[in-house]
Amino acid sequence: MITLTDVLVLSGILFAIAVAGVFLNRKNIIVLLMCIELMLLAVNFNFVAFSRYLGDIGGQIFVFFILTVAAAESAIGLAILVVVFRERRSIEVEDLDSLQG
Amino acid sequence: MQPIFLTIALAPLVAAVIAGLFGKTIGKAGAHSITILGVGISCVLSFYVLYQILFNGMATFNGAVYTWLVSDGVTMDVGFLIDRLSAMMMVVVTFVSLMVHIYTVGYMHDDPGYQRFFSYISLFTFSMLMLVMSNNFVQLFFGWEAVGVVSYLLIGFWYTKPSAIFANLKAFLVNRVGDFGFVLGIAAVLRYTGSLDYATVFANLDKFAAAQIHISGTIAWSAITFTCICLFVGAMGKSAQVPLHVWLPDSMEGPTPISALIHAATMVTAGIFMVARMSPLFELSETALSTVLIIGSTTAFFMGLLGIVSNDIKRVVAYSTLSQLGYMTVALGVSAYGAGIFHLMTHAFFKALLFLAAGSVIMAMHHEQDMRKMGGLKKYLPITYWTCLVGSLALIGFPGTSGFFSKDALIDAVHLSNRPGSGYAYFCVMSGVFITALYTFRMFFMTFHGKPRMDHHTEEHLHESPWVVTVPLILLAIPSAVIGWFTVEPMLFEGYFNGAIHVLPANDVLVRVGEEFHGSPIEFFLAGCKALPVWLAGLGVLTAWWFFLKKPELADAAERRFKWLHSILVNKYGFDWFYENVLVAGARQLGGGLWRFGDQIVIDEGLVNGSARTVGWMSSVMRYAQSGYLYHYAFAMILGLASFLLWILWRT
Repeated sequence: MITLTDVLVLSGILFAIAVAGVFLNRKNIIVLLMCIELMLLAVNFNFVAFSRYLGDIGGQIFVFFILTVAAAESAIGLAILVVVFRERRSIEVEDLDSLQG
Repeated sequence: MQPIFLTIALAPLVAAVIAGLFGKTIGKAGAHSITILGVGISCVLSFYVLYQILFNGMATFNGAVYTWLVSDGVTMDVGFLIDRLSAMMMVVVTFVSLMVHIYTVGYMHDDPGYQRFFSYISLFTFSMLMLVMSNNFVQLFFGWEAVGVVSYLLIGFWYTKPSAIFANLKAFLVNRVGDFGFVLGIAAVLRYTGSLDYATVFANLDKFAAAQIHISGTIAWSAITFTCICLFVGAMGKSAQVPLHVWLPDSMEGPTPISALIHAATMVTAGIFMVARMSPLFELSETALSTVLIIGSTTAFFMGLLGIVSNDIKRVVAYSTLSQLGYMTVALGVSAYGAGIFHLMTHAFFKALLFLAAGSVIMAMHHEQDMRKMGGLKKYLPITYWTCLVGSLALIGFPGTSGFFSKDALIDAVHLSNRPGSGYAYFCVMSGVFITALYTFRMFFMTFHGKPRMDHHTEEHLHESPWVVTVPLILLAIPSAVIGWFTVEPMLFEGYFNGAIHVLPANDVLVRVGEEFHGSPIEFFLAGCKALPVWLAGLGVLTAWWFFLKKPELADAAERRFKWLHSILVNKYGFDWFYENVLVAGARQLGGGLWRFGDQIVIDEGLVNGSARTVGWMSSVMRYAQSGYLYHYAFAMILGLASFLLWILWRT
């Protein structure tokens, strides 16, 4: 029997992996975007779990919204990425430091 | 009657707005037609109102037309008080204004600012009417300031002339000093009577008279004396009394029609009118009236002296205006308000006439104002000559002219008064008669008689002014000459002003003057002919004739002999020097010091640049935290989130 705790632990692990990916990844922006997707998925897991646990369908409906937004967001993110690549001929995270003060 | 009063006040305003805003569209003819129409309507209706009051026994109208605001029990209205005093002022203002409007058609003929000028003088008429028709202090103050603004605009009418700009600024600033006192006076009236309405204020005078005011320490002042002196400071500014007179001679930088309208006939008499209107207040304070008396007599005598050394034709008339305003103030000071207002009325006619005649001369001379370059103009400008002669005779009080009646009554009133300072005042007004005759006929002889001193080019082009100029001169010359005969009896002795002006029976010198001349103006005339002023005036004319026409070298010799006196007079007693080098320079130095220390060091360097520098320094430290790498920022966000969560957990 899968309990609520199991699902929450899984989602916590997924989120931690995603955060570690954001911090440790020095190479590729695509990996960054993927990590962000992963974070959202972790959150979705929580939604589904709580929805099931509380017997409220609302949480699962919300997941669809989040998926939609996530899809739109990655579309924009990839578009920006393409522009960045055209501009700099590189998608390495180390190179993107123009915000430096 | 209320719609009539509204029309009287608003017709010039409407005309001013149309001529001012749509001047380009309606053109020159449109501008002068509409403003003359507006003022003409006011003038006719003012005469109608006066007629109703005089012959149909119309009761005094006192009512609000519109309530502007009510605050803490104090009501500020737009209202009219139409009694005999204001009806007379309305007639004088609108009549002189109408004459000046017509005259301006000729005088400003080629001026590029033609429409603007008409708009301004119409606006002035509106403001002045609001001032005299007002039934409360707020509207009085509104009119007071509005005429000041229009005066400012008109002195600086030729705004490319540096001297005009200097003069209008000077007039404005000097009037601010007076207005400061005036506002204090109004505030004191409000403080002690709780109202700004004339009728209510005058009904509550008992407690006002008993009130005392502590300005500093334990010295108690009579509140009413304080108030009256404050109000009179306002009158000193507007009516150009010593020491706030310095702006009036300089105001001659403006075009001549406004010198006639604003700086001789109407606006400068606003102070006299105001004091007469406030007569119930002033009557309660002997001290304030003595102050009024001393200041008025000083102005009357010493400003007249300056007219003798001035060579600018307009300035001579301006100094005579100052001196005559002093006469009116003296009349107020001895509680002969009726005589003051009577002189105001006659003066409005003959002084406007003199200014317009001077303007006609200036026009013929191609805008030359120096009398040393005139002379012998009699044969070129016959109408101007004769009307100017009437004006001059009225000014010096030649028997039978309007000025004779008003000035003679005034001098008699001073003579019979026993107010402190009336001896000095009597000396001043008596010698003033001689001085007046001297400078007036010096101006007259230098301009119209003797050898022509202008260059040939000017002399060839000399010709009489067009009819738009000469008709107002003639129309003003008629009342200047004869109005005294009809008005002296009712205005001075038969209580024309009863109900409008209040004089305590103990102070009423005019009654005592009246006792000497019971009967007709003829008796007044005959008695006046035998009195000293007429002989002094005649002596003055003779002296002027001898010194400036017969033997001009004598005048030069006297000038050399009394070099010190002459230089004092030419320097106008040093008032201008004192104001410019002590007060203005002092204020500028104080301002400069505050600017250098307060503004430049404390505010600019300390507060503005200092805070900018602090922010700059702090950011130069903070910028090391900005690596530019996304994951650093994300890490910071996570850290922050984690610490917030921890904080919440720890708290619970």
